[in-house]
Amino acid sequence: MKLLYLIWRNLMRKKIRTTLNLLSVFIAFVLFGALLAVKTAFEAGVDLAGLDRLVTIHKVSLIQLLPESYGRKMLTVDGVSGVAHATWFGGVYQDPKNFFAQFAVNPEYLEMYPEMRMPEEQKQAWLANRTGAVAGRQTADRFGWQVGDRIPLQGTIWRTPDESAWEFVIDGIYDADKGFDTTNLFFHHEYLTETTGFEGQVGFYTLHIDDPERSAQIAEEVDKLFANSPAETKTSTEKAFAQGFANQVGNIGKIVVSVLIVVFFTLLLVAGNSMALSVRERIGELGVLKTLGFTDSHVLAMVLGESYLITLLGGGTGLALITWLTRAFDLGGAMLPTLHLPWTGVLIGVTLLAAMGFVSGAIPAFQAQRLTIVDALRRT
Amino acid sequence: MFSWLAQIFTVSVFNLRNLSQRTGSSASTVVGVAGVVLVFVAVLSIAAGFTRTLASTGDAESVIVMRSGATDEMSSGLSHDDTRIISDAPGVSRGERGPLSSAELYVIVDVPKVGTDTPANVPLRGVSQSAFSVRRDIEIVEGRRFEPGRNEIIVGRAASQQFAGLELGDENRWGENDWQVVGIFSTGGTVEDSEIWCDAKVLQPAYRRGNSYQSVHLRLSSAADYERFKDALTTDPRLSVKVEKKAEYHAGQSTAVGGMIRALGIVIGILMGFGAVFGALNTMYTAVSARTREIATLRALGFGAGPVVISVLVESLLLAFIGGVIGAGLAYVLFNGFQAATMNWQTFSQIAFAFAVTPPLLVGGLIYAVVMGFVGGLLPAIRAARLPVATALREL
Repeated sequence: MKLLYLIWRNLMRKKIRTTLNLLSVFIAFVLFGALLAVKTAFEAGVDLAGLDRLVTIHKVSLIQLLPESYGRKMLTVDGVSGVAHATWFGGVYQDPKNFFAQFAVNPEYLEMYPEMRMPEEQKQAWLANRTGAVAGRQTADRFGWQVGDRIPLQGTIWRTPDESAWEFVIDGIYDADKGFDTTNLFFHHEYLTETTGFEGQVGFYTLHIDDPERSAQIAEEVDKLFANSPAETKTSTEKAFAQGFANQVGNIGKIVVSVLIVVFFTLLLVAGNSMALSVRERIGELGVLKTLGFTDSHVLAMVLGESYLITLLGGGTGLALITWLTRAFDLGGAMLPTLHLPWTGVLIGVTLLAAMGFVSGAIPAFQAQRLTIVDALRRT
Repeated sequence: MFSWLAQIFTVSVFNLRNLSQRTGSSASTVVGVAGVVLVFVAVLSIAAGFTRTLASTGDAESVIVMRSGATDEMSSGLSHDDTRIISDAPGVSRGERGPLSSAELYVIVDVPKVGTDTPANVPLRGVSQSAFSVRRDIEIVEGRRFEPGRNEIIVGRAASQQFAGLELGDENRWGENDWQVVGIFSTGGTVEDSEIWCDAKVLQPAYRRGNSYQSVHLRLSSAADYERFKDALTTDPRLSVKVEKKAEYHAGQSTAVGGMIRALGIVIGILMGFGAVFGALNTMYTAVSARTREIATLRALGFGAGPVVISVLVESLLLAFIGGVIGAGLAYVLFNGFQAATMNWQTFSQIAFAFAVTPPLLVGGLIYAVVMGFVGGLLPAIRAARLPVATALREL
């Protein structure tokens, strides 16, 4: 307890220096959290992908369509307990800048995703309404949509016969836990085929499987069904699909990690150096403390305690702030809708806090510990 | 006036000579600033490279025509008749074999990135023979052009480097067809270097597109004909199309991704900059407090407050400038020309590009370093000048 008091007094002696050190560490951890949140957003869906879901796309590329008849055949594969399909719509709401994803789906699609929560009466209303649509909370909030609103989308790939805008009625708005994308809009595939007259083709399939352990085998069997047909398929777990998509953006993970290393190295050096300075200035005092009977380990603990206190106070506040900011607000906007710092990231941050407190204080602390009284007093 | 300058000079030299006594903390300031400038310039060079690749696509006479309402080639669609009407419009440049106009298809094909087995959506463009005269800078660097009607592809140089199985002579099975790479082409670093090209007539059945196309790329006789050409098409009752200069079309495609990377770089750079300024402040405060008596002595000898302030600032600016040069230099050596590929969100297709550490970025990094040095030195400098001489001399 005495030591803690000494540490506190030492920190208060040069208030400017202590404040500056606190702020450096604070910023290092705000940056850490922000970068990790960006990385998470780019790899959106990878962590949250359902292990019991598979995605089947056209083997040549995901823009090619698959026959709607495949769905029934997929259900015959042992282990497949549900099949739903979706088709990319690519409509424009008022201006191309207002981008969000829209999919034409069959009713089973929403059942595939228990992550999407919606009042039962809204779901029933959607099922009963041919031109109905279900929108994610983030997109609904962005444009101020309410249940019952009528919204026009200009088709790009899919056109109405007279090239006019498509009309949808918002029947439901779904919510989900932070990290799950709530920017999408879903509507009935039937509406698409009836309006365009283009039947029998869908964009991709989502499959529900009973046993995630067998996912690789089931995926292989599904693809075997359609081998050597005009439209061969490629089936993968939803996680692998999301990861593949994230990888296409570029190796964001690698870039972010390299930036983080530079950031930490830089700020660690800055903070570590000024802690070393403050010990060097106090060598004489440390000699006096030792003369008074403080042991070597007391002195070690005191100096290390100082760096720990600064790191925990500054870094802890930074980490807490960025965690709160990314969770309470939609900082990512429409570009990175799932931007947030996941709890695993917070945990890594706490580990780093502990490591940084040690590393930045270690050298001066061990110097102080090894200091002999005679040397220390002579040096002043 | 002269003596004032002489004072500044004397005190500054006096300070800088002492630097060797404070190597540790001075070096940490230099490294701190270097780290900030390195990250700042490196992240912005990604955005600069990406934007440059897209913006360099298409000269003043190059025009692209798509269906009205389409946001990109992928979501566009034109019938064979549409493309004929477009080619015959006024203002289109004509060569020996008719108008310089190429009706094209734009699809994607799954090809793994080199060194991984993750598939990437590589753009596959079906072109007409006139595509080679519509684009001015295109050249075949290896092999030959594809032959009309055959399953042959030519690959852009960047695509050939970034994606697997796209070297001269390679065969790929996509869908029901085998495609052979018969040539490598270069368009001088434009976005089309990330593409694979083949005969549009061969691509139509392979992707079940009947006799339709997605865009018409053409060359005008002169850039001044643009308005006339555009008016002719948009007022033609048989058509519902939008006409864009190719350069503008591609610049528009880069705003979202380029803007996001740039915003990211600036936010990281500013936050890190604060960290470095705190470090510099600490170093300079320590430097000043270590020299309290020296400074007081100088003041007692008749040196003015101004020269003392400036001398501290000079030291801090010098340290920051050295840091800036190191950081910017490292960014240039490590990242200029670094090859990467990313996805264009609009079309889900890959764009290969090179990081570009441009002169404005280097200058910007150095300016930023100097600003950090100034902010980091100013407060300690003022404190040094404000010290009451008597107290400071008494201080041990």
